[in-house]
Amino acid sequence: MNPFSAPYLHRPTSVNRSMNLVLVALLPGILVYLTLFGSALIVQIFIASVSALFFEALLLYWRGRPVRERLSDHSALVTAWLIALTFPPLSPWWLTVIGVFFAIVVAKQLYGGLGQNPFNPAMIAFAVCIIAFPALMSQWPAQGLNLPFREQAEIIFGLAPRLDALTSATPLDAIKTALKTDALYDNLQKLLMNQNLYGTFAGRGWEWVTTAYLCGGVFLLIMGVITWHVPVAFIVSMSAIAFICWLIEPSRFANPLFHLFSGGAMLGAFFIATDPVSGCATPRGKLIFGAGAGLLAYLIRVFGSFPDGIAFSVLIMNMTAPLLDLYCQPKVFGALPSMPVKKDLAAKVKEEESP
Amino acid sequence: MSKKKLFSFLGGIKLAHRKEYSSEKAIAPLPMPKKLILPLRQSAGSLPAPIVQVGEKVNKGQCLAAAEGWISASLHAPTSGTIRDIGDYPIAHPSGLVAPCIVIEADGEDAWGERQPLLEHADSERLDPETVQRYLQSMGVVGMGGAVFPSHVKLSKAPGVPLETLIVNGAECEPFITCDDRLMRERAAEIVSGIIFLAELLEAKESVVAIEDNKPEAAAAMRAALAARLEATANHIRVVVIPAVYPAGSLKQLIYTLTGKRAPAGVLPPQLGVQCFNTATVYAIWQAVARGEPVISRIVTVTGNVGRPGNLEVPLGASVADVLQYAEARPESDGCLVGGPMMGFLLPDYDAPIGKGANCLIARSPQFFPHKAPESPCIRCTNCAQACPQGLLPYEMYWWSRARDFAKAERHNLQECIECGCCSYVCPSSIPLVQYFRFAKDALRTAATKKEMADQARERFEFRQFRAEREKTERTQKLAQAAKQQSAKLAAENANAAPAEDLDETRKQALIAAAIERVAGERAKVGCDEGANATEAALAPNHGNSA
Repeated sequence: MNPFSAPYLHRPTSVNRSMNLVLVALLPGILVYLTLFGSALIVQIFIASVSALFFEALLLYWRGRPVRERLSDHSALVTAWLIALTFPPLSPWWLTVIGVFFAIVVAKQLYGGLGQNPFNPAMIAFAVCIIAFPALMSQWPAQGLNLPFREQAEIIFGLAPRLDALTSATPLDAIKTALKTDALYDNLQKLLMNQNLYGTFAGRGWEWVTTAYLCGGVFLLIMGVITWHVPVAFIVSMSAIAFICWLIEPSRFANPLFHLFSGGAMLGAFFIATDPVSGCATPRGKLIFGAGAGLLAYLIRVFGSFPDGIAFSVLIMNMTAPLLDLYCQPKVFGALPSMPVKKDLAAKVKEEESP
Repeated sequence: MSKKKLFSFLGGIKLAHRKEYSSEKAIAPLPMPKKLILPLRQSAGSLPAPIVQVGEKVNKGQCLAAAEGWISASLHAPTSGTIRDIGDYPIAHPSGLVAPCIVIEADGEDAWGERQPLLEHADSERLDPETVQRYLQSMGVVGMGGAVFPSHVKLSKAPGVPLETLIVNGAECEPFITCDDRLMRERAAEIVSGIIFLAELLEAKESVVAIEDNKPEAAAAMRAALAARLEATANHIRVVVIPAVYPAGSLKQLIYTLTGKRAPAGVLPPQLGVQCFNTATVYAIWQAVARGEPVISRIVTVTGNVGRPGNLEVPLGASVADVLQYAEARPESDGCLVGGPMMGFLLPDYDAPIGKGANCLIARSPQFFPHKAPESPCIRCTNCAQACPQGLLPYEMYWWSRARDFAKAERHNLQECIECGCCSYVCPSSIPLVQYFRFAKDALRTAATKKEMADQARERFEFRQFRAEREKTERTQKLAQAAKQQSAKLAAENANAAPAEDLDETRKQALIAAAIERVAGERAKVGCDEGANATEAALAPNHGNSA
């Protein structure tokens, strides 16, 4: 297609390119995850990708949209991979499919498809499944799961019995339980050590996965796919609240480093809260959005009843995004600081119509 | 040459310059075509009025149409020849409009008429700015960068604001275009003379020639020409190389880059103590005041899918086809752009003539302009907002324009959009954003015009109501007065006359007949307008009186 009027030049870029870069940025995290927590993740990624493309194609077809063209933007794949990474790797296949269904069909296509969804689809999937299937969504494997790939796949597809022994509490769960039971531990770190949950600087194993996510996020920043506002605000606010709590009672609250490198913090800061569609778009709005998400994630994961708070914090901030954007509009180039708000034509007409 | 801090404006984009095709080609004259079509519309403002007749012989540089009003500029003959027609012809316009034109058949002699340079018969003492303004208007000098705003208007200073900075815009920030580059390289001396003339006339504290860093040769040539003139130092004229970030040459952005002053909406540069002229305009001003040559040609870069790209000195009125043919445009080109690829337009008709604002012709082909991907949904990635040099939120403006909620689009400062095209350029969803904005602006303009017309109609109606009301009260007053008078008269008559009975029947009849006749006559005179009834009513008491 050639444009009918200026500009006639166009940068060779596309939504597809941005989405592919996001997928590439997820690869280091996926590789570390696979090495430390077993190869089940690859099966989950496969199930999620196939079902996401299927649901996306079906809904696009029903909605009368160009299927091949829209499918090739790869936004469904990004959602699928995020679902696979946030769900426990040994979840039954149908749980993943249900998650994908809610993400692609309900949260995305029913709202009008790409660009129209008010909520982050992958986080909708997580929220729905953790409320509906809390037990299944909390079965996380410990580091060094030594099951052959075949057996892991059999567990996922329900061909082998699910063994409780395979899973254990996550580091975040352990400290939450400690806080809830009000047991008097003289040192939280010691507790985690006892349960063999504490690694070098954060949750055992997860610290390296999250570091890999951080690397992928920095890659996205360098490639210009995301801006610095959301990740920086997220990390700063989460560190700040964690630091305050830790300062008050270090025996009950984990240090900021532990929180940043446990659970979904890094994935949330760089890959989830940065979703342009459901997040803020103005620079100041992005800062507030990121800060809010970081703060809420901490509060939910520490004081709430769910193992991690990223999904709910992002969804709550999604609700505030349109309002934040409205109040955070940047100044027009050359606008005077005290320029009166321009009344629009409609308002003028209304004023004159009313006697 | 003192180094001064430059300010970098927000947004903007790095474009491939694409100037290499024509930047090393010296300015060459286009052979004079047989026929020249000169649209009267060569500048912003009102059209000049033709002062020549069909069949008249004209000399090169003779005035064909005189400026009408202040924002208007005269039009001159680019060569000697005969006026063949004055009528409507297609002009260089994106929708192929026809407009009034003067057609000249060249006689091939290219003979100049009388030239009266302003500086020749002016004394060495200072020139009166108004004289210069009138002179430039009569020489048809307009902004040659593409805006074609009459230059003499821009010589007026804002009252009470001294001119701090005179900016000469040699940025030439759009890709492909090299006409100003070549002009600065080859005719730097004339441009410098023009800058000195303007700086002295406007009493500018300093003058800056802004050139993008992708034109080092032009900057060097201008510096050399400035160094050769003592007045250049006296008037603090310097060359400033600015970063090549599109749209560096846009007025507001250029003023900010050089001076750090931000021009708010509706504030004209002189009010900030700044004025800006294009290099080609400065050259045209100097040609006019020093040589007495009006604007009858311009330098046009012809590039893109052509065998012989270059920079041609084209007489006004030569057709686009003439220029493309000379440049050996390849037949597989799919269209020709007038102006740059970011803000120019696609020409529907190659017979359209070159005007004062046509700085570049680009023969389009997929090799230079790869096909754009089909439009896909906006994902609010905000690349557009990051690229916008005006600090706008194009994705919001697009959202509301698309929803046809133009008032909301306006609230997101739609009217501040300069249509530079940065947002469309960077959009990963290939959304033609600028096209949406042009559409929305047009809809708002139409709505405003309609509202104005409705306001006028209502005012007229309300005044009519008021007038009817006023006439009614006046009439009642008159009637009351008349009734009073009559009763007084009757009383007087009754008092002093019994002989009223003496009036015989024939005399009475005659009086009545005469009265009826008079009323009929008056009626005919008044006619049948809305006042007829009023007149009749007003006459009634008189009638009664005389009867």
